[in-house]
Amino acid sequence: MNTSFPWLSFFTAIPVIGAIITLLAGRRRNSARWIAVVFGAISLVGVLCLWHGFDASSGALQFEERHVWVPVLNIEYRLAIDGLGLLMLLLSAIVTLLGMGASWKISDRVPLYYALVLLLEACLFGAFTALNFVHWFTFWELSLVPAFFLIKLWGGTRRSTAATQFLVYTMVGSVAMLLTFLALYLGTGQFDFTALAQLAQSGSLMPQTFAALHIQHFTLHGFGMLLFAGAFLGFAVKVPIMPFHTWLPEAYSEAPSGTTALLTGAMSKMGLYGFLRVLLPIFGVQMQSAHTLLLWMAAITIVSSGFAALAQKDLKRIFAYSSINHLAYCLLAIFAVAGAGGLNPANVAQQQAALSGVLFQMFNHGLTAATIFWFIALIESRSDGLRGLRDFGGLRKVAPVFAGLMGIALFSSLGLPGLNGFVGEFLIFRGSFPLAIAATSVAVLGLLLTAMFILNVIQHVFAGPLAPQWSSFPDLSRNERMALAPAIALMFLLGLVPQLILGPLHGTIIAMVQQLKF
Amino acid sequence: MTNTPWIVRYLWLIPALPLLAGGLIALAKQRHRSFAAAAAIGSMVVAFLLSIAAFLEALGHPDVKQFFNVPWFQVGSDVLKLGWMLDPLTAVMLVMVTLVGTLIFIYSTGYMHEDENFARFFCFLALFAGAMLGVVLSNSLLLLFMCWEIMGLTSYLLIGFWFFKPSAAAAAKKAFLVTRIGDLGFFLGMSWLYAHTGTLLFYDGGAGCLEHSAIASLVAHTTAFGWPLATMITLLLFCGAVGKSGQLPLHVWLPDAMEGPTPVSALIHAATMVAAGVFLMARIYPIASAHALPMPELTPTLALEVVTWAGALTAVFGSLCAVAQFDVKRILAYSTVAQLGYMMMGIGVGGVSVGMFHLITHAFFKALLFLGAGSVIHGCDGEQDIRKMGGLRGYMKITFYAYAAGTLALCGFPLFSGFWSKDEILGAAFVWSISRIPFYLGAFGALLTAFYMTRQIAYVFAGPLRLSQSEMAVAIHATHHDGADHKRHPHESPLVMIVPLILLAFFAVFLGFAGTAAWPWFQSFLDGGSATLSFAAFTHALPLMLVSIALVFLGIGIGWAIYHRRRITVAAEADRLQQAQPQLFALLQNAFYIEPFYRATLVKLSDFLAVLADLFDRFLWGGLVKVVSMITVGIAHLDSFIDSNGINAGFDEGCEVVSSGGKLGSMLEAGRVQGYLRAIGAALIVLGAFLLWTIGRRA
Repeated sequence: MNTSFPWLSFFTAIPVIGAIITLLAGRRRNSARWIAVVFGAISLVGVLCLWHGFDASSGALQFEERHVWVPVLNIEYRLAIDGLGLLMLLLSAIVTLLGMGASWKISDRVPLYYALVLLLEACLFGAFTALNFVHWFTFWELSLVPAFFLIKLWGGTRRSTAATQFLVYTMVGSVAMLLTFLALYLGTGQFDFTALAQLAQSGSLMPQTFAALHIQHFTLHGFGMLLFAGAFLGFAVKVPIMPFHTWLPEAYSEAPSGTTALLTGAMSKMGLYGFLRVLLPIFGVQMQSAHTLLLWMAAITIVSSGFAALAQKDLKRIFAYSSINHLAYCLLAIFAVAGAGGLNPANVAQQQAALSGVLFQMFNHGLTAATIFWFIALIESRSDGLRGLRDFGGLRKVAPVFAGLMGIALFSSLGLPGLNGFVGEFLIFRGSFPLAIAATSVAVLGLLLTAMFILNVIQHVFAGPLAPQWSSFPDLSRNERMALAPAIALMFLLGLVPQLILGPLHGTIIAMVQQLKF
Repeated sequence: MTNTPWIVRYLWLIPALPLLAGGLIALAKQRHRSFAAAAAIGSMVVAFLLSIAAFLEALGHPDVKQFFNVPWFQVGSDVLKLGWMLDPLTAVMLVMVTLVGTLIFIYSTGYMHEDENFARFFCFLALFAGAMLGVVLSNSLLLLFMCWEIMGLTSYLLIGFWFFKPSAAAAAKKAFLVTRIGDLGFFLGMSWLYAHTGTLLFYDGGAGCLEHSAIASLVAHTTAFGWPLATMITLLLFCGAVGKSGQLPLHVWLPDAMEGPTPVSALIHAATMVAAGVFLMARIYPIASAHALPMPELTPTLALEVVTWAGALTAVFGSLCAVAQFDVKRILAYSTVAQLGYMMMGIGVGGVSVGMFHLITHAFFKALLFLGAGSVIHGCDGEQDIRKMGGLRGYMKITFYAYAAGTLALCGFPLFSGFWSKDEILGAAFVWSISRIPFYLGAFGALLTAFYMTRQIAYVFAGPLRLSQSEMAVAIHATHHDGADHKRHPHESPLVMIVPLILLAFFAVFLGFAGTAAWPWFQSFLDGGSATLSFAAFTHALPLMLVSIALVFLGIGIGWAIYHRRRITVAAEADRLQQAQPQLFALLQNAFYIEPFYRATLVKLSDFLAVLADLFDRFLWGGLVKVVSMITVGIAHLDSFIDSNGINAGFDEGCEVVSSGGKLGSMLEAGRVQGYLRAIGAALIVLGAFLLWTIGRRA
């Protein structure tokens, strides 16, 4: 691939163009859907081309674009990806298509809906490629706009509250993060992630900022922790980690299922991406000193969200908590990695395994959760919007293919070996356990809880006697099967050949662990 | 690796063939019944032939571990490898699983003939066989665990095969969850082992985790309670084995697993899968038995002590429960629990070969018993209550003789296969250096085994038929052949079900001669040596053998005296033991009330925690968010009040906007929206203040 061409900007622009054309479709609903899908597919192909041109053995940033933007404030337009960015682009492209598929039955203001979905994809692409804070933050905030309207305009009965809560909650976190980065800027004159990370590794970031700001009543350590807390809050709300998660069950269950697929599949990864791209390299020292607290927060999130999922009666709320649960494994691993620091070479293998697990789990969760919400959308469209755990029963009798394919997605979420979910969880536990024995041992309970609520769903929805009102519940149509088949096939493929994802990432993983110099 | 024999290199075909067959059947249409059966059986037959080839290869080199490793994926700078291996342990398991599997597959074509999901059944069976074979030949704990979990899935699918029955759906879920509790330990143990040794390959030319250097480091490293890491890891892995093999206290799923079709009970919940836990302990025996200092052979480690006690207690527990069951399959299920206990005990007191010998003989005679029970159930149109049977000897002769052979093998009747293998365990327990209690427990269990099997035979095959016309069970099969030609008396099963019975009966009778005390060929093969014929060893073992023979006869005698001397004539008659000891009988019948105990404690606790987590979420965290936003709003109002009284004109304007926003919000008193809007306002104020302040500082 020609590296001088601005590929990343180009691929970020494609969904925007797609969104505009989709809007032009006017009242022709089906054309709007198909135009959006075509643009989604073009984006996916584009990302696959990037994947092909990506140098796997190098952990360096690639496809870089760098231009002066606002020279007075030292703001640059800087885009580049490493394995992490690339993986997130791929995931966003896939999840966008899944989300579009899951939204197929939406019949109200279709062009606008699909245009917003494409806009969201563009924001995700922007956020996963930007390396300058200002530029990145713009996309980070901008992504809330399509998400907000997708919930607000197409959501359930309490959609307004849910949308506002979602927006404001995230904004509060963002404001805290903004403050932190303004402080860093005032101290160092830098908005660039790489430059800040280098300063942090040389140990001069915090002293420099501290000195420049003349802060009184604070020790250097306390000041560093305060800045860390600000940045942490922004990402912690997004992932989320308990207790910053209360917006999530509401937003996920009120949003239309197709949108929930996007929120959980792709947007939640923005938070984890921030942990890996921003917090770990720039605030590594602070993360290390807070790691005990953070580890236990992650462990409690895992267990508590698992129990909360058990108590839910609404399929979407169950899988909302399931999302919290699955992503908290990633957090656990990140905190374990940070806690171990970078000075002990004996930990390197563990840290590499944990981070490999995190990246793989991020991808898997996106794929699996989005697919599950697609299935929930199909259930809703077949039952006039019902989605209670106890509303169904015995559906396997009349819809065996439906039950079988959704069962595969559910077992992927459960972490069954042979499907994609297992490898990520295994690597996370294998890496975290020796670094944080106690917290990981508690967190392992989450694996049991996941199995409990997922088997509960299968038992209540698909098994048991068939309720008479569902005797004509339609099985998956030919088209639906064809549409879902790639997602299901990918689950098997990644479960059996994880090298497809982990191979191209190994250079990045090595570089990420080398970065830990505290 | 170039000189690796072809069979070792292509060993992966053995599990891959059934898995492939399973995949193909899954993609085929439901109505392609004969394709499904043919693909499943065909793949098993080929796998069996390959297993024989592998067995012959192992026979040539009983003392070497042959392996073949392949890279799976990269983890940073490391490469994770998987692999498969061949040693005598693998070889005998391969042959057993494929042989028993093939027979049960064939039997199933008859048993499941009427079922509308016939093809699906064979799909699951084939997947199961593939997974089990994968467990047996994997040279990596990770690969073993993966196959182990897939096996758990197929077990779940097959227990819940009749998913429309709520009891089956519940039993399936229970089985998966209870075994997963054990698997959490397995998972942690595996993570720990990997972290410490840097590999999960068993054998890797000196670098594997079961080889000398890794084990030396595992025993040298001390963890909590002063235990060596080897002990800790063995115990964690043993948790997995306890779950899978239905040992105390995780046995509760196994009796319920009988909700599945009977061939499933025979193959998965008696012969193969449940024995995988025992196999796991045999596989990791080098870690389990490792001492830090040189010790005489078979000096038990702490880990093996635990294994022994768990096994011995389970053996007695299972036997006691089996005494008081009325469901023909539940009796066998508790018996399986007990026999698995014997196997664990055998591994603990006598090492791999002792436990494994019983595993192999048990696989054949227990499969036989279950298939016999299936034939009985089939013949009685789905009836499973032994009180309603009786006199079936007259109606189903072949089934009776086959069943009798299985029973005698299970009881340990002299010369039958179970006699030799059980005796071996009792013999090893007798000389165990820690305590003789496991021996007494095992001996008591043997007595009970003979007793409850006699009771079952008396109920099912002897006496008059008590199956009344009106009470013909309306179970799964009845729905398929209702109508005028409904057979109203028990009938012998079709040939396709009878032939596997006869073949299994042959093994149940004669297999024991492969490992007698005089000529312990099997044990020597597993231990990597060659057997010598020694009558001295036989005479040495003779006294103990006589004791156990006496126990068997005593058990059979008591059973016969209680249940057969006076015939059981009415189905409604209470059990003779129940008449004599109602409370004791109830205790045994309810399996010591362990399950109600779990229900009242663990399940309640989990429900409670779920509700608690939900309430926390809704009220505590949600409430905190509210409080925080209210406080912020309060501060915002205070701020705006101070500011509006004129400190900074420019600032004033900004606050004006915020407080008017706040007032706007307060008009929307209904939702939480206002709080958040105010929170934003407050945050903006803080931001502004901070900026002004810092800029002021710089200036």
